[in-house]
Amino acid sequence: MRGEHFELETAAAADGLRRVAIDPVSRVEGHGKVTLLLDENDQVQQVRLHIVEFRGFEAFIRGRPYWEVPVMVQRLCGICPVSHHLAAAKALDHVVGASQLTASAGKLRRLMHYGQILQSHALHFFHLASPDLLFGFESEAGRRNIVGVAAAYPEVARQGVLLRRFGQEVIRLTAGKRIHGTGAIPGGVNRAVSRQERDGLLADIGQIVGWSRDAVQLVKRLHAADPALYDVFGTFRSNIVSLVGSDGELDFYDGQLRVRDADGGILVDGFDVANYQQLIREEVKAWSYMKFPFLAALGPQQGWYKVGPLARVQNCDRIATPLAEAERREFIDYGRGKPIHAPLAYHWARMIELLHAAETIADLLPDEALSGSELVASGERSREGIGVIEAPRGTLIHHYQVDDNDLVSSCNLIVSTTHNNQPMNEAIRRVARRYLGGRELTEGLLNHIEVAIRAFDPCLSCATHALGQMPLQLELLDAAGTVVGRLASAS
Amino acid sequence: MTQASILLDGLPIPFVAGQTIMDAATAAGIFIPHLCHHPDFKPQGSCKLCTVKANGRHVSACFTPARDGMEVENNTPDLNDKRRTLLQMLFVEGNHFCPSCEKSGNCMLQALAYELEMLSPHFDQFYPDRPVDASHPEVLLDFNRCILCELCVRASRDVDGKSVFALSGRGIGKHLIVNAESGRLADTNFSWADKAAQVCPVGVILRKRVGFAVPIGKRRYDVEPIGMQVERMAARSAGEEGMDGD
Repeated sequence: MRGEHFELETAAAADGLRRVAIDPVSRVEGHGKVTLLLDENDQVQQVRLHIVEFRGFEAFIRGRPYWEVPVMVQRLCGICPVSHHLAAAKALDHVVGASQLTASAGKLRRLMHYGQILQSHALHFFHLASPDLLFGFESEAGRRNIVGVAAAYPEVARQGVLLRRFGQEVIRLTAGKRIHGTGAIPGGVNRAVSRQERDGLLADIGQIVGWSRDAVQLVKRLHAADPALYDVFGTFRSNIVSLVGSDGELDFYDGQLRVRDADGGILVDGFDVANYQQLIREEVKAWSYMKFPFLAALGPQQGWYKVGPLARVQNCDRIATPLAEAERREFIDYGRGKPIHAPLAYHWARMIELLHAAETIADLLPDEALSGSELVASGERSREGIGVIEAPRGTLIHHYQVDDNDLVSSCNLIVSTTHNNQPMNEAIRRVARRYLGGRELTEGLLNHIEVAIRAFDPCLSCATHALGQMPLQLELLDAAGTVVGRLASAS
Repeated sequence: MTQASILLDGLPIPFVAGQTIMDAATAAGIFIPHLCHHPDFKPQGSCKLCTVKANGRHVSACFTPARDGMEVENNTPDLNDKRRTLLQMLFVEGNHFCPSCEKSGNCMLQALAYELEMLSPHFDQFYPDRPVDASHPEVLLDFNRCILCELCVRASRDVDGKSVFALSGRGIGKHLIVNAESGRLADTNFSWADKAAQVCPVGVILRKRVGFAVPIGKRRYDVEPIGMQVERMAARSAGEEGMDGD
């Protein structure tokens, strides 16, 4: 079964169609492009989100010593490096036999991760997405940026910048640097947070929780002001996947996998992440460097799914912090018993998570264990480790095998944005059909496509980490779009 | 009788007979950049980082005996430019990926690059293919970072009495080898307790399974830049001598 069956993925006949490219897609992490093929009546015949970056982490991590991996693989990304850092460390905990981290190490890693969620969600909403939402999708392009937001809504921009800064400060104190630190090591962490450092964060955390509440209110106001837009823009139905904690609570750091269908019914629950390969398969398509994952039991046509805030907030049974839990209930009530699938609702869910991250940091900071000295655990060595974490953008899977000489012999990474590959393609196809068909294309209209992609907060750098598994194909097209030459390679 | 001295960047620096320019400068707390020099070993003079101008001639400070009245230029823009170029060549010749190197923060090559304000590699990267040797149970050899300083060669031969390491090949093909028919460290009598295990200025000879255990902020050159460490050590030894005299 091939992906050609998805509507608008491949035009029936490409000859004579007009090609429009959005390249690069802006205000996302990494580089991607969208191509549209239009017929003589300007009707959309084909829409694809292509990822044009090519990385190679899965290949060049092979043959490196395992203890280097958490520091090296985080370079996949400059926005959510902590997620890769921790997912790798979690995987390698198994390799060094640390089945149970020390109390201090577990809490320090959790603090680092929730700082990461806070800073990444703040960055995405305020810096990348808010210009579209505050000014309108077709507003003046030169104004649609954080500088424009700062001029028109200075307090909103200020709070966004300071929320992110606080998250980065949490990361600096737990990882050693704001970006690309070394805090997590196989079996634990290499640093604690002193009481003085905790006091510094505690002095600001009340304000941070307050601003996070304001952010949820802001996104709710935007949604309420134009529900006809927010509820339907790019909306498609799909399964959802995320980790949930042992009591069904929202948990970004650890848990078991849960899958719900498009109606909210639980398909899989309590699934051990160590068996992820039985749950998820990946499909390769020649036109993108990003793979297409799907649930093995359902196949590529029915088994694709969403991850990230919209999936997580609806997949869990509850949120352990009171303010975020109240917001979750309101969000769920808005769906009137049905899952909300609207891409723009990602922003709402994301801000609920921002609030939860802030509340969790507030709960963690007074804990003396953060200043403890028992930081590393070890046990019986193993040759394999799988680490799964909820990164800001969704479920992140790291899987390593380590040989007897301590070198990595294989590596498999399934990153958050890759899970959302088919969802993003579905969203932009719906937007293209609804808004672009039969019209003269303007920058503002094309920005609608980008708005749909941005809702998922994709990290295209992360998503193209692999090498050696995807067929590379070069195509030479004549003016009419006919393929006149092709060069294909299996590696 | 006044003590013999050299004039280092215009500053009179005393020395005793037998000391090199490097010895005299180090004792006085003045840093002359270097990589292959180590006070515990005979000078080698191969890295050329310590090149100074003595009475108008370029010489290696680690190798050249101090002479009374010698005028030595060390910290000058011209010499530092040349040193920076040498560093850039060392960086592109190997695979020095500081962001994920466990020696980061403890590495002399990196510390010197910061000290001499090397902002880019400038030259095209060679990207040599140098597989690691992970055969030894205690020690990893990552040849990607070897700068051919021969400190491990000298330590193993002169202190450990083992001659585990040697350089082989010529010119650009020169590389570090170990003394085993298989070419693997596991098949030598090398041990982590050897002096040779402790002297690598870069990230070639590494104790296994402890990488990144020291947090950022507590690594050797996080605490103090390499140039200042010489100054502090000299001040400390002067203080100890002062106390001895009391």
